[in-house]
Amino acid sequence: MPEPVIHTEHLSHYFGPVKAVDDLSLDVPAGIVFGFLGPNGAGKTTTIHLLLGLLEPTQGEASVLGFDTRTHADQIRARSGALLEFAGLYERMSAEDNLDFYGRIYHMPAPDRRARIKELLTHLDLWERRKDQVSKWSRGMKQKLAVARALFHHPPLVFLDEPTAGFDPVAAAALRDDLSGLVGREGVTVFLNTHNLAEAERLCALVGVIRQGKLLIVGSPDELRVREGRPQAEIVGNGFNDHTLSLLRARPEVAKAELNGTHLTIELRGEDRIAPLVSLIVQSGGEIEEVRRGKASLEDVFLSLMEEEGK
Amino acid sequence: MSDILTMVWKESKDVFFQGGWRWLIRPLIVIALIGVYIPLQFGPQWVDLTPLGMLLLLWVPFYVIISFIGDIIAGERERHTLETLLASRMPDRAILLGKVVTTVIYSWSIGVLSLLVGLVVVDLFRTQGNWLFYPLDLFADAVVLSLLVSVLGASAGVLVSLRVSTVRQAQQILSIGTILFVFGSVLALRAVPADIVSLLTYPQFLLIVMAVVAVLDAILLALSVLSFQRSRLILS
Repeated sequence: MPEPVIHTEHLSHYFGPVKAVDDLSLDVPAGIVFGFLGPNGAGKTTTIHLLLGLLEPTQGEASVLGFDTRTHADQIRARSGALLEFAGLYERMSAEDNLDFYGRIYHMPAPDRRARIKELLTHLDLWERRKDQVSKWSRGMKQKLAVARALFHHPPLVFLDEPTAGFDPVAAAALRDDLSGLVGREGVTVFLNTHNLAEAERLCALVGVIRQGKLLIVGSPDELRVREGRPQAEIVGNGFNDHTLSLLRARPEVAKAELNGTHLTIELRGEDRIAPLVSLIVQSGGEIEEVRRGKASLEDVFLSLMEEEGK
Repeated sequence: MSDILTMVWKESKDVFFQGGWRWLIRPLIVIALIGVYIPLQFGPQWVDLTPLGMLLLLWVPFYVIISFIGDIIAGERERHTLETLLASRMPDRAILLGKVVTTVIYSWSIGVLSLLVGLVVVDLFRTQGNWLFYPLDLFADAVVLSLLVSVLGASAGVLVSLRVSTVRQAQQILSIGTILFVFGSVLALRAVPADIVSLLTYPQFLLIVMAVVAVLDAILLALSVLSFQRSRLILS
């Protein structure tokens, strides 16, 4: 089995009495987008800081690209790209100079830097604006530039910390598209911190869920849905009311039933048949127009994990 | 070395060569004051580089550095660019020394330029055709002292900037620090017994000042290097 790009064993970091990262053991294989999911303050950013060797672990150990984060952090940073909590762009400088600076940091020869600037900015539709001061750009453009900067020196591993946080849905989708295209093209491993579940579902081959510093679960989005999510049925129609809901909730195979206007969502305990439930609804006066069976979304899985841990 | 030069390139681009020529206003004001106005007031006596003239020349680095070093260190944190830089392969020492070198080059060149402009101004307007030049030993002392004081200001600026979160705070503390330093130096000089002072020639006195400033430079620079550590900066 190939060595994982990221390997942690009982990795912990405490800020005084606060356990920001608590006993994290994790393997991230090469060539995938790994989504690190968790609410704000869960320990996602601290984990990136630990993996980049910017913080010393209080306990445990981690290796990234085969290098120990305590003893060879400089080697890790030389081979990684990062887009952290803030875009970190020099706004008084041009887009071209921002990229050129990071190319110089990684000792790329001038012709390579020029070619790479053209390649990335063209791919991101920013080439025509390369001479602009970054301060004059929109937030979305700046974030795209920050992604380009993280990938500029062809790192095999890139850390992205909430790259679409605070974006409107259209801008976030556009950035996700660009990100997905670039990552696919460059063949890098991505460690993606996010609390955007749609983003994780769309981009990640493997996700880990963290809460209060503890890793709750790791798996592919499909595996998590199977392991943690329950089968669902969505019923669209009219005439649903509290009586319908109470009848459904009384059934042993129903774990949860919720009504939202004309949409009735039923969470099943197992792979039971829906037909008896449909009959029940019709007998209670409901008019059914559509019945859909489905799996829980990653969001459902995430929320149920958060609920379970909160109890 | 190439990392330090990369940092110098970045600081120059970030501070000087973007956003038009506005960055020139402050150095031009300094040169107009120290290189034109004050030499005109002194007249031909300016080229003697008297203690008062020397003191005014040495004030230049402090004035320049107060605004500059805060911007390139505390400003980097305030604008949220430092974290990304620390996540790159750039060594701590190269980041720090790149910033110090840029600051020193900037303030020292303004000091030396003021010195040269002052000479030209005095020769043009106050010597009635008798071309004068600074005594070479004093000129060399002024150039070296200006460099040493620039390093002193830059290192002190780094130490202050690392302990504050905004450019404004850094500038306020450095302004107060400069006033205290100047008054402290004057008081310290006055405390030296007159018979000892009378034993020294002016160039000897300047040599002693240079030695003291060089020692202070070494101490403050070492403290700056020790303070400028990734793990500490990422938490601040």
